[in-house]
Amino acid sequence: MNGHAAVTDDVLDLYRELILDHARSPRHFGRLANATHMAQGINPLCGDKLCVYLSIDDTEHIDAISFEGSGCAISVASASLLTDTVIGLSVDKAETVFSAVTKRLAKGGVDEPNDLGIDLERPFAKLRALDGVREFPSRVKCATLAWHALHSALHQDAQPATTE
Amino acid sequence: MTQAQRQQSMAAADWRKDFPILNQSVNGQPLVYLDSAASAQQPASVIDAVARYQREDHANVHRGVHTLSHRATDAYEGARDKIREFINAANRTEIVLTSGTTESINLVAQSFCRPRIGSGDKILITHLEHHANIVPWQLVCEQTGAELIVAPIDDHGQLELEALRSMMTNDVFLLAIGHVSNALGTVNPIKEIIAHARQCGIPVLVDGAQGVPHMPIDVQDLDCDFYAFSGHKMFGPTGTGVLYGRETLLDAMPPYQGGGDMILEVSFEATIYNELPYKFEAGTPNISGVIGLGAAIDYLQSAGMQRIAVYESDLHEYMLLQLGRVDDIRLIGTAANKASVQSFLLGDIHSHDLGTILDHQGVAIRTGHHCAMPLMTRFGISGTARASLAFYNNTDDVDRLVAALEKARQVFK
Repeated sequence: MNGHAAVTDDVLDLYRELILDHARSPRHFGRLANATHMAQGINPLCGDKLCVYLSIDDTEHIDAISFEGSGCAISVASASLLTDTVIGLSVDKAETVFSAVTKRLAKGGVDEPNDLGIDLERPFAKLRALDGVREFPSRVKCATLAWHALHSALHQDAQPATTE
Repeated sequence: MTQAQRQQSMAAADWRKDFPILNQSVNGQPLVYLDSAASAQQPASVIDAVARYQREDHANVHRGVHTLSHRATDAYEGARDKIREFINAANRTEIVLTSGTTESINLVAQSFCRPRIGSGDKILITHLEHHANIVPWQLVCEQTGAELIVAPIDDHGQLELEALRSMMTNDVFLLAIGHVSNALGTVNPIKEIIAHARQCGIPVLVDGAQGVPHMPIDVQDLDCDFYAFSGHKMFGPTGTGVLYGRETLLDAMPPYQGGGDMILEVSFEATIYNELPYKFEAGTPNISGVIGLGAAIDYLQSAGMQRIAVYESDLHEYMLLQLGRVDDIRLIGTAANKASVQSFLLGDIHSHDLGTILDHQGVAIRTGHHCAMPLMTRFGISGTARASLAFYNNTDDVDRLVAALEKARQVFK
């Protein structure tokens, strides 16, 4: 049997280099000392826990961001990409990106024209690396965990965000 | 290969053929099912027994005077007799049918413990337990002011027996302990532990969900007070389970739930409860499921639990040997006495990622915390990958697992 079990293209697409890079060397990792907003994301299925910290300035822009916690490669890479993406954005724009990303990942492999209110070409092109997850319904929650935490942090929800 | 080994592997090949679900491809590869500890597959005889009942015999039990109700009742009560014989209970009144191990344990927590305990009493469990043998006790402790105490384990995932014994003090009302750890496969020396508890006057509930599928169980020989297990872990339908209870204890306990079937006579002033075991079986039960469980027991009896235990032990040894050859593997749960369950970590790959990569090679394993989060915390990890073997698995399955792990290493290299 050895050697017969080929890794499919889907799996290689899911764990592409950019994802593995962010999973191994997550950006903006750690606690943010001067956070004004924070929220936790919990995936009850696997016990993954991430915390997203934001510093929102007087002009309602995210001037600093970080996250900490532990999780699978998909959830950590997604959190890392999130921090790269939304830093510097206005709160409103970050909300728009949250909606766009969560909707896009929930599409289940349908590559629809980008009508979600953000341009997934620059500066959001990197987020396309997460698209591989759409072939893996059980993993969509991993990819959206940090995004739900971001959403909660922006609203300063008292309850931890879950992917349920 | 010796003559005996050849006979064993031929027996396994025959067993495998009895499980139609195993004969399929998943993600383009022949299915390798290594998740029986989460839920075991059903032989065709179980599937057929349930279907035949639904097609030919279905009616409510214990109620009708008509023919179908008689047939349904006979089949349902016949399954209870099979269960009694399978675990060698003294009496059929001691076999309470439930929805599963979880309900069985909650029943004991609420009917046996709750009316009799209060602040100053203790419930003793161990660090190995599944959430189903933790949370029901936390609930009853919250309700009564009793205290939950936890016996420690060592780094192999074995109970520290000396510590466990020293915790069996006068104020312990009940010891609730797993027979076999679902996450690690550790087989506890349950008979010795029960004997010591008995000397201390402490009743014992055994969570046998992972014990029953792997070895012959004799509740009289074990001398336990309660033994809880689930149908779907022993090749029967989901939504079925058993609480074995010593008759004198069950007799003294109030009902767990009220409703039909558990009464003799109801008036608005007072209700007379039904006799054992019906006192604990409120509402229309999972009739088809229990009949399926009876068929699963027929299957296990004809395969022979002792033969199954020997075969699984050999296969587990083979799995340990092969897994030991995988680079960067860390085995979690290395007790001397184990059921055919192995938890592991591979390098720094998160178990969830490993599960996805294996699934795409047709290999089904469990990943995560295995409903045993305190146990994972004890090992300083958030979860593991777990391969659990049943008697329908074979050495090819183990080889496929190992090959799939090598591929995972390549993806994450």
